[in-house]
Amino acid sequence: MQISRRAFATLIATATTAALLMQNPAQAQELKSLHLMAPSSPGSGYDQLARTIQIILQDNKLTGPVEVQNVAGGGGTVGLSQFITTRPRHPSGMVIGFALVGGVLTTKSAVTLDQTVPVARLMGEADAIVVPAGSDIKTLADLIERLKADPTKVSWAGGSIGGVDHVAAGLIAKTVGVDPKKINYVVHAGGGEVLASTLGGHATVGISGYEEFRAQVDAGQLRALAVTGEERIPGVAVPTLKEGGVDLAVMNWRGIMAHPKATEAERAALEKAIGDLVKTPQWKDALAKRGWIDTYLPAKEFGSFLADEQKRVETALKEVGLL
Amino acid sequence: MDTFAALMHGFAVAITPYNLMWSLIGVTLGTAIGVLPGIGPALTVALLLPVTYGLEPTSAFIMFAGIYYGAMYGGSTTSILLNTPGESASIVTALDGHAMARKGRGAQALATAAIGSFVAGTIATIALTFVAPLMVKLALLFGPAEYFALMVLALTTVTAVLGASLSRGLASLLFGLALGLVGIDLQTGQARFSLGIPELLDGIDVVIVAVGLFAVGETLFTVSRHRFETEELYDLKGSKWMSKEDWSRSWKPWLRGTLLGFPIGALPAGGSEIPTFLSYLTEKRLSKNPEEFGHGAIEAVAGPEAANNASAAGVLAPLLALGLPTSATAAIMLAAFQQYGLQPGPLLFDNNPELVWGLIASLYIGNVMLLMLNLPLAGVWVKLLAIPRPWLFSGILLFATMGAYTLNNNIVDVAILWIIGIIGFGMRVFNVPVAPCIVGLILGPLAEQQFRRALTISQGDATIFVTHPISLALLLVAALLVLLPTFFRWKSLRDERAQASLDATHSTKAENV
Repeated sequence: MQISRRAFATLIATATTAALLMQNPAQAQELKSLHLMAPSSPGSGYDQLARTIQIILQDNKLTGPVEVQNVAGGGGTVGLSQFITTRPRHPSGMVIGFALVGGVLTTKSAVTLDQTVPVARLMGEADAIVVPAGSDIKTLADLIERLKADPTKVSWAGGSIGGVDHVAAGLIAKTVGVDPKKINYVVHAGGGEVLASTLGGHATVGISGYEEFRAQVDAGQLRALAVTGEERIPGVAVPTLKEGGVDLAVMNWRGIMAHPKATEAERAALEKAIGDLVKTPQWKDALAKRGWIDTYLPAKEFGSFLADEQKRVETALKEVGLL
Repeated sequence: MDTFAALMHGFAVAITPYNLMWSLIGVTLGTAIGVLPGIGPALTVALLLPVTYGLEPTSAFIMFAGIYYGAMYGGSTTSILLNTPGESASIVTALDGHAMARKGRGAQALATAAIGSFVAGTIATIALTFVAPLMVKLALLFGPAEYFALMVLALTTVTAVLGASLSRGLASLLFGLALGLVGIDLQTGQARFSLGIPELLDGIDVVIVAVGLFAVGETLFTVSRHRFETEELYDLKGSKWMSKEDWSRSWKPWLRGTLLGFPIGALPAGGSEIPTFLSYLTEKRLSKNPEEFGHGAIEAVAGPEAANNASAAGVLAPLLALGLPTSATAAIMLAAFQQYGLQPGPLLFDNNPELVWGLIASLYIGNVMLLMLNLPLAGVWVKLLAIPRPWLFSGILLFATMGAYTLNNNIVDVAILWIIGIIGFGMRVFNVPVAPCIVGLILGPLAEQQFRRALTISQGDATIFVTHPISLALLLVAALLVLLPTFFRWKSLRDERAQASLDATHSTKAENV
C-alpha cells in the first residue's frame, strides 16, 4: 500500500512540477509537497480535517502532493512531540485544535504548542446538550434547575476528560453558580458512545459535537436543549446557551500549525495555500456537509487567539479540578 | 415483505458489473491487508477516501464493505500459519489454529476459518437485513452496569485457558491486567505507569502484546530448542481438505459463534474480541474432549472465527441504523458517509434506500466472493510453512517487527514488541501460559472503565450491578460458569474417594475375615 501510494504520489509530483515549469515559472515558489500530521487515529476529527485539506489542496493544485500521517496518543501530544522532534524532509504542517491545547496541559507534556508556528484557524464545531425524547427535562432552564438543586444527580455523558465537552459542562455549572468540581461528568471514549449512553437513558444528558446527535435530533429521538456556540448553527433551530439565559460560549476549533524549522518562504507559501483553500467552493461545500462552522483566522490573528485560548483553557481546567 | 422487496432492489444495484468490480477489488484488497499485520481495514479505508472522492457513494461503500469483510477473512491466515495475529479479533484463533498448523493441519484450520466466516457472515448479514432495528433497540439497553457484567462473563474465559497450573495461569492473568493499567486513566486524566514516556500514555496496544507473546516469544523459544529437537515441526503430509470428522466438529461451533458474535458486535461497546473469547469458552465447555483445546482443537478455530465475522456484520447494525460507530473501521466509514454528505441514522434508510440496500446486498455477494477466493488460497498459503525453518523464523520476526512499526508509525512500539517478546520467551521457558495475559489485557481496562462509569452514574451505589436485570443475569451466568465445573470436579472427586474408601473398607473387611 505505502509503496504504491508513494510511487503514485511521486508520479503526480513529477507531472505537476513538469507542468508548472512549462506553464508559469513565476509560480514555482508554491509548495511542491506537504506533509500533514494528524495527531489522532483515522476517522477522528483531526484526521477528517487533514484529509479534507489534502483533497482540496491537491484537487485545486494549490500545492503539490499532500501526505497525511496519523500518530495517535496522549490527547494528541504523542503526535505533537513527533512533529516537533522530527527533522522534516518535506514542508510540514500539523492539525491542532481545542483538545490538544487541553491535552498538552493535562498530560504535562514536555513539548508545547509554543514550539510550533500558527498558520491558520480553519473551522469550529459547536457542542450540543441533548436529552432523550422521553426525558422530563424539557428546556435548558429545567436542566439548570436540576443542576442547582443537586449537581451530583445530573450525570453528563461526554467525551475525554479535559476536552471541549468536559470544559463546556464545567463552565456551564460555573456560570449558573454551581461548583464545577461537583458535576457528575461520565467520560466516554468517543461521540458514538456518548450517543448510545444518552439514547439508552443511562446518563441524564449528553454533551458532544452537534453532528454526533444530528440524525437522532432530526428523527425526534433526542431533544437538543442548547448549542454552545456564540451563534446558532446555520439551519438548525436549537437556541444557544446565551438565548437560554446562560452567558457563555464555548466552541471546539481546529487549525493548522507549521513546523518550527520551516523556512520563511515555506511558511508564507503554506499560509497562502491555506488562504486560497478557504476561498474554494469545495471548502465551503465540505463545511456544509460536515456541519463545520467557518471560523477562518489568518496566521497573525490565529496566533493571538491561540495565546488567549491557552490561558482560558488552563483556567477552565483548574476550575473543574483537573490541574 | 417490504424489507424483502427493498433487498431485491439492493441486489439489482449491487449486481451491476460495475459495482461487482468494486466489490471484487474491495474483498481482494481486504484479504491482502488482513494478512499484513499492522495495516488494518480502518487505515486502508482512510487511505482510499481521497481516491474514491469522485466515485458514486454506493460503489465506494460497496468497496469499503468488501475491505471490511475481507480483512476479517484474511486476519485468520497469519494467526493460524505464523502465530502472528494481525488484529485483536483473531488473537483467539492463533491459540489452536497455530497448534493445528504445527500438526500439519494448517489447511484444515484455514478451511474451517474460511467456511465458518462465510456461514457466520451470511447468517449475520441476513440478521442485519431483517432484525437490525430490533438489535439496535436491545443494544441501547446496555448501560455501563450491563457492560461491566458482560466483561465479567467474558473474563471467565480465563478458566478455559489457564492451563495445568493454577498459579502460573493466574500469574499470567495478573501480568495482563497490570499491562492493561498502563496509560492515561480515562475517568480522571491521570497517567498511570507510563514512566514519563508519552507513547505509553494511550496504553499498550493489544496487538503488539499478542504478536510479542505469540510470534516473537514462541519463535525465540522454538529456535532456542532447535538443537535439541529432531521432530519435524511443520508436517505438510496428508489431505488438504476437511475430513468428515472435521465437518461434523465444525458446524455447530460456526452456528454458536454466529449467535454470540452478531448481538455482541451490535453493542455500542461490545467489541469484536469478546465474542471470540466467549465462543472459545463455550466450545471448550461443550466439547467431549476439552483436553485437546490449546493443542489444535478444530472447534476452537471454527467458533471464534465465525464469531468475529458475525460481529463484523453486527457492527454495521448500529452504524446504519443509528450512525453509531462501534469500531475503528465503523468510525472511518461514518466519516466517509459524511464526506458524501450522507447522515447515517434513523433517516438513512428512508433518504438513501439505494445506498443502504445496495450495500447490504453487496455484503451477501462479497461473502460468496471471499469464500471462492479464500478456500483455494488455503492450499497455497500453507505452502508458506514449507519454507526452510531458519528463513521462516527470521521472516516471522521481521514481519512482526514491521507490523508493530506500521501500526502507529512509532519506534517505541517496536521496542515494546521486543520487550514483551523476550518476556514471552521467558514465560514459555517457565511453562507459563500466555493466553490468560491477553484476556486480562483486553478485558481488564474495559471492565474497569465500565465499572467506574456505572458507579459514577449511581453515585457510588454498588447495588446497580444487581438491580439491573440484564446485569444480574449476566453475573449469575458468569458465577455458574466458574462454580459449576468446580462443583462437578469436587463431586466426582468425592465420589471417587467414597468409592475408594468403600473399596478399602471392603478389602480390610475381607482381610479381617
